Amino acid sequence: MSTSIQNISLSGRKKEVSNKEMTFMESLYLVAIVKGLMITIKHFFRKKVTIHYPEQTREMSPVYRGRHMLKRDEQGRENCTACGLCALSCPAEAITMKAAERKKGEEHLYREEKYAEIYEINMLRCIFCGLCEEACPKDAIYLTVSKELVPANYDREDFIFGKDKLVMPLEMAIANSKSVN
Amino acid sequence: MLDSTFFIEKGIIILVVFAVTMLFAMYSTWAERKVAAFLQDRVGPNRAGFGGLLQPLADGLKLFSKEEFFPNTPNRFLFIVGPAIAMSTALMTSAVLPWGDKLVIFGKEVILQATDIDVALLYVFGVISVGVYGIMIGGWASNNKFSLMGAVRASSQMISYEVAMGLSIIALLMMTGTLSLKEISMQQSEWRWNVLYQPVSFLIFLICAFAETNRTPFDLAECESELIGGYHTEYSSMKMGFYLFAEYANMFISSAILAILFFGGYNYPGMQWMTENVGVNAANVLGIIALLIKICCFIFFYMWVRWTIPRFRYDQLMNLGWRILIPLAIINIMITGVCILAFK
Amino acid sequence: MSLLTIFYILSAITIATAFLTIISKNPIHSAIYLVISFFSIAGHYLLFNAQFLALVHIIVYAGAIMVLFLFTIMLMNLNKEDEPHKKLATKLAAAVSFGLVCFVMLAVFIKAMPIIDTYKQTGQDFQSIKVLGKVLLNEYMVPFEFASVLLLVAMIGAVLLSKKEKSIQ
Repeated sequence: MSTSIQNISLSGRKKEVSNKEMTFMESLYLVAIVKGLMITIKHFFRKKVTIHYPEQTREMSPVYRGRHMLKRDEQGRENCTACGLCALSCPAEAITMKAAERKKGEEHLYREEKYAEIYEINMLRCIFCGLCEEACPKDAIYLTVSKELVPANYDREDFIFGKDKLVMPLEMAIANSKSVN
Repeated sequence: MLDSTFFIEKGIIILVVFAVTMLFAMYSTWAERKVAAFLQDRVGPNRAGFGGLLQPLADGLKLFSKEEFFPNTPNRFLFIVGPAIAMSTALMTSAVLPWGDKLVIFGKEVILQATDIDVALLYVFGVISVGVYGIMIGGWASNNKFSLMGAVRASSQMISYEVAMGLSIIALLMMTGTLSLKEISMQQSEWRWNVLYQPVSFLIFLICAFAETNRTPFDLAECESELIGGYHTEYSSMKMGFYLFAEYANMFISSAILAILFFGGYNYPGMQWMTENVGVNAANVLGIIALLIKICCFIFFYMWVRWTIPRFRYDQLMNLGWRILIPLAIINIMITGVCILAFK
Repeated sequence: MSLLTIFYILSAITIATAFLTIISKNPIHSAIYLVISFFSIAGHYLLFNAQFLALVHIIVYAGAIMVLFLFTIMLMNLNKEDEPHKKLATKLAAAVSFGLVCFVMLAVFIKAMPIIDTYKQTGQDFQSIKVLGKVLLNEYMVPFEFASVLLLVAMIGAVLLSKKEKSIQ
């Protein structure tokens, strides 16, 4: 056996395709039809794979990546410092942001001295790969387990999610801090 | 002779046969979806009623309440006549089918057949050959090229396979010596089923029955992947429902004909013993049940084949009909003739 | 309702649809009227208790020939404009020859009537298929075979015609 590229079969199921004339018995197709019928009738008695949705639900994957969320810490301050590492790591180039300096009196809003004034994710471009989450040095961006990824809409502009949709709601941060304490 | 009891008796039989045909057609749609699902490792409809048993009612309700749509056609009348012909021809055949031998009710023998005419088998063929008009007229009146293509395909397919069907039956008729379906069923009592003597004839008839009912692998008249919906592309609401319903009624009737011609009809092993020891009525009720079971097996076979074999190409269809089935049927006739001469 | 009323109704349908076949401009409508006409003729056969003839008439004419007709009309997509205009002389000649054929047919039918009586005397059901088959293949064997040869010749002719066109291409 030569090891030319034609003879390599990685799956081990390679089949040589031939165009040979069929014998008389084959051209009647009767044997082939009976064979096919046998295959389908086997499936008739096989265990069904259907999940009866509202009653049963499919098990959630532990690595499921849902919609993004910009995290707040226990005191309700935004983690994000607008370093731009997430935008850099994003393979789909979906993330843009504009940094701003924290003013006096805003310490209860932002954890660090620099924060994201504008933080936008284009949900039409996002592929939910989770690289932004991995790149973030401040644990600011997370992909949640929310089942709703992006709600349907009529305008393309509505798919660019700003901070209003991305930042964790304050109530949730409060609830989180309570559960930690 | 034509007294009122005669009319009442026949009227009841016709009504019951009509109702049973409709019921079977209705539940064939449910069974089709269930069988398709099971063959594909799914469970099928299971929400409407237990195991989805109310699904046909829900489907019917949906079809009734849908919008009545008319395409821009110069033949609104023919557009309506199409499904009407399809439905009526589908239901007409059941008039000559024997559902059982006889029942004794109030000391009166009731023959379980709407009418026992001399030329029952020819009648069946006549109705089948007219059945194509429903598809042709509907497809043409739709004023749509896909519908017309479906209609043209259906007509040429029907004509081609009718020839082979008729020839395959001739071999059977040479054995039975009668065209009456009642006598053909009576000849097959106990295990003398015709399929054991005429397997080739049965095979040809089965293939032609698939073609005549426009079922996969011969559903070229309505193949949705090529012709959108074929002849019923433009139909909506209950007119569409009639076409679909007619297909299932045809399937039931052709299964019944297959069972009666080749699988002994209402006969089952031990029927004679039952008649002698238990009674005529019990034996014949069992006979009706036996016939219905045979019909159900054939309906299942129809569905099983549909979800196994892909559709033929049109030239393959014509090749099979004219160059394989017809010569095979003629050879079968000759062999049958030789056998009859040799053994009788 | 007597048989006579049924006969009148059937006759009215037959003649009306036959006229409509000729008059209607749309070829498909003509074909469909002709089918209805065939059905009512089959009804006439049934009035004579000729079940076999009625059903064979439906199978052959309505079920096969007219389906083929419709098939060709649909394929060729004939319109009213395509119909060639005939001269008055040709129309007249057609009418006269048709009248003559009708006359001959009538004469034949009037002559043919007495045969029924001889069958009536034998007392057997001369419309049952068994008797019909025996008569057809014993007494009328030669005309029967002639008819089959005629059909065969027509078939071979059709095949030859279609073959010839191919060789030219």
